[in-house]
Amino acid sequence: MRYPAFLQRISDRADVQPVRTLTFSINGQVLSAREDETILSVARENGISIPTLCHMDGLSERGACRLCIVEIKGSPKLSPSCVTLPRQDMEVTTNSDRVKNYRRKILELLFTERNHICSVCVSNGHCDLQALTTELGMTHVHYDYLHTRHAVDASHERFSVDHNRCVLCQRCIRVCEEIEGAHTWDVMGRGYLSKVISDLNQPWGESSTCTGCGKCVQVCPTGALSEKGKSVAEMTKRRQFLPYLKLMRGDESR
Amino acid sequence: MTRIRVATTWLDGCSGCHMSFLDIDENIIELFDRIDLVYSPLVDFKTIPENIDLALVEGAVSSEADREELQTLRSRSKVLISFGDCAVTANVPGMRNQFGVMETLSRSYIENSASGQILPSGSVPKLIEYCRPVHEYVAVDLFLPGCPPPAGVILSTLNDFIDGRPPVIGGKTHFGA
Amino acid sequence: MTIEELQDIGKIEKEKQEGFKYRIHVCVAAGCLSSQSGLVKESLEKEVARRGLESWALVKGVGCLGLCTAGPMVAIEPDGLLYQCVSVSDASDIVEALGGSPVNRLDCSAHLPFFARQRKIVLENCGRVDPESIEDYIAEGGYEALYNALRTMTPAGVIEQITKSGLRGRGGAGFPTGLKWTAVSKAKSNVKFVICNADEGDPGAFMDRSVLESDPHRVLEGMAIAGLAVGANYGFIYVRSEYPLAVKRIRTAIARAERLGVLGRNIFNTTFSFDVTVRLGAGAFVCGEETALIASIEGRRGSPRPRPPFPSELGLWGYPTLINNVETFANVPPIIRKGGVWFASIGTEKSKGTKVFALAGRVNNTGLIEAPMGTTLREIVLDIGGGIIGDGKFKAILTGGPSGGCIPAQFLDMSMDYESLAQVGAIMGSGGLIVMDDSSCMVDVAKFFIEFCMSESCGKCVPCRVGTVQIHNLLKRITEGGGKPSDMEMLEELCDLVKNTSLCGLGQTAPNPVLSTMRYFTDEYRAHIEDRVCPAGTCHMKPTEESQ
Repeated sequence: MRYPAFLQRISDRADVQPVRTLTFSINGQVLSAREDETILSVARENGISIPTLCHMDGLSERGACRLCIVEIKGSPKLSPSCVTLPRQDMEVTTNSDRVKNYRRKILELLFTERNHICSVCVSNGHCDLQALTTELGMTHVHYDYLHTRHAVDASHERFSVDHNRCVLCQRCIRVCEEIEGAHTWDVMGRGYLSKVISDLNQPWGESSTCTGCGKCVQVCPTGALSEKGKSVAEMTKRRQFLPYLKLMRGDESR
Repeated sequence: MTRIRVATTWLDGCSGCHMSFLDIDENIIELFDRIDLVYSPLVDFKTIPENIDLALVEGAVSSEADREELQTLRSRSKVLISFGDCAVTANVPGMRNQFGVMETLSRSYIENSASGQILPSGSVPKLIEYCRPVHEYVAVDLFLPGCPPPAGVILSTLNDFIDGRPPVIGGKTHFGA
Repeated sequence: MTIEELQDIGKIEKEKQEGFKYRIHVCVAAGCLSSQSGLVKESLEKEVARRGLESWALVKGVGCLGLCTAGPMVAIEPDGLLYQCVSVSDASDIVEALGGSPVNRLDCSAHLPFFARQRKIVLENCGRVDPESIEDYIAEGGYEALYNALRTMTPAGVIEQITKSGLRGRGGAGFPTGLKWTAVSKAKSNVKFVICNADEGDPGAFMDRSVLESDPHRVLEGMAIAGLAVGANYGFIYVRSEYPLAVKRIRTAIARAERLGVLGRNIFNTTFSFDVTVRLGAGAFVCGEETALIASIEGRRGSPRPRPPFPSELGLWGYPTLINNVETFANVPPIIRKGGVWFASIGTEKSKGTKVFALAGRVNNTGLIEAPMGTTLREIVLDIGGGIIGDGKFKAILTGGPSGGCIPAQFLDMSMDYESLAQVGAIMGSGGLIVMDDSSCMVDVAKFFIEFCMSESCGKCVPCRVGTVQIHNLLKRITEGGGKPSDMEMLEELCDLVKNTSLCGLGQTAPNPVLSTMRYFTDEYRAHIEDRVCPAGTCHMKPTEESQ
């Protein structure tokens, strides 16, 4: 069965054979991998950390946040490790000053875009974005803040969405489409005016496709999607369900 | 041992960072053997003195008065630390930025006012269009994020300065609490 | 249909047209139509009828004659006369003058270098054939290349000719077309697709629109040959809905070609079938990026995805897909007709053939031109373009639209080919050329293009979505007189970030106009920032704020 290209099924690539293995190196450490594993998954299996934001185990890859970029010897371009497959004898560097600087700057850009006020956020202390600031050594934002205005939609009975805290990683969209099968969420608008919407930009509470399963809330990296009734720092996310669901369905193990 | 001259201030913030500073508890006795607090909301000096070794700035820059105080402090200090999330990111005071000054003021002083219903004027400093972090106005030597930065980090940072070590912040404090 | 039948159609059409002593060609491409060439054609027809000359003079709508600035344009064949700025009231004089001395006030000969310096391959039929008549196209040898490819060549042989020709993608990046075709032909799949990218989005570019409006069959023939070569039976033309005339003509062309059996089921009575469908874009610039375009055809949000896998491997609905631009396909029939070696004899060592440019901005002759690769900028701007309007001085030329770079006067003698352009920080792009004189502020130009990219970013990846806004805000501040000395450094930093970390070509090239203007017009930036003065006098400086 063929899947549309946007799903990034590595198993559809004619040039990739899961049974073949190869050796390559990350930061000078020689590693072996199957041909269908991404650089990111091999790195993580081997305890080498690469920061990610839009990546989520169990969902298709987007390659959109650009935080997982790595250097590959011989290529002037930086490659997103979440969608790049290793090749025999490839030399990957995940921690050069160049990529570390780029990552920190990209993270700073995210903080300028919307209104990420950690101290009054439901996800304070349990937030992927907040954790990235520590991981990437970001102590302040040296770009100008954009002061954009965003709405909060609390029309749903049990959940709310605060677009001030959304990073447009599309995890909610993917989990809703690929796991729940409802496709309630999608994006409208272009560029910095992009916005995650439910159905055709209706209030979430009036969505006729939303099943109320709450998976989107659980995979959201920040406090953008949260359960009602949670106050500052009280929203913790439960994500264990994803690998189990994938396994039960006999999908790819990754 | 020479005592270093320390100044602190709070601009637009909640004073929580200063409270966290005071949370160093009994260490304050030892610390004050090594510093002179020459200007601070915690002590009663009216004007900013010259020759400050180290300035801790809490709070974001919200008004003309904030900006003037910050710029004076910067010009008289060798080292300036952006102290806490409001100083580093504008944080909660900055949440007004998406609404604009008029909308913010009228929400507080007119819509939600039981009596009076007049906008502040006169002795109250005028708000600047956007509430901005400290480093958008003056050079900052060190960023100490956190809402508030934990007491231990404040103490270790001050001690590092006094001892002439480059302070290491990495991982010890982060945005938010 | 056999080759004899095809040739008969052509012969009959040719004889029919040559039966008229005079043929009056009226440009009916969008440029001239917008200056009423439709009415001009009507009045010429009426005038011919009024004088009872229907069997002696033919009035024919043709595609773009090139010199859009002088439209509506009318050509008189076989005399080779060319009239400019023709209005409805000129009809009677034009018909009167047939066979006599030309109408002097409409004479276009001052523009002679515009035509003389060009070499037409892609545009060879533009301004000659009626875009709505398949017979007219066949009369010019149309669909013979497809017949030959089907009947006398193997798919591998077709690809060999394309490879030999050295043709490179005309959409912007200049990837060797032969390599692309080879990759798709080698992909193992029962289903493959050919896509023609007609989502021309660069401001000021109208090459693809003109080709589709003027000679749609050439593109269809090119696509069918590509389909044959790579083993695809389905083609899509993805064209922006802002091009209603192009859409109409290409749809007409598909219908007529299918009726004649040169497209659709069992082409030329062989087992080869090739269906072409038109898909309309909704005006997103990013849908010119191949993976975004594919997503859009699939009915999804038009945002790009990381490559690899490339469309040649995993394309439309997951099948191997060949995507080429309109102009690339339009080059295919002549290459098959005359051979790859012939094509390779034109142009430079690494850039073969010709390139169609849409010449716009502050030049006397704006319009559609085609010149061999390697033509110098000077020839294009000063000879073909007829120099700068009024007594303005050439300042810079922007190639490649919002992804391109501004080339200053010191490079006027540069050869226009992929490599030379890359060397000066510009790109060939799809062929839009915007000429600027000293009335243009380069900071403002940079701001205009980054604003375009900012609003056309799909919003998927962070550097492009937010970085372009940051760059735009800085440039806006500089043009309003609020620039800080550190802004130049900040601009460099942001441009470097967006260029190196964005997901697709849109983001990776978006900083080019900013980088190239900063590189070649540093003084202008400095004047804005340090002296709060706009040397070109176009930026209005706001009064200084105390807080700055």
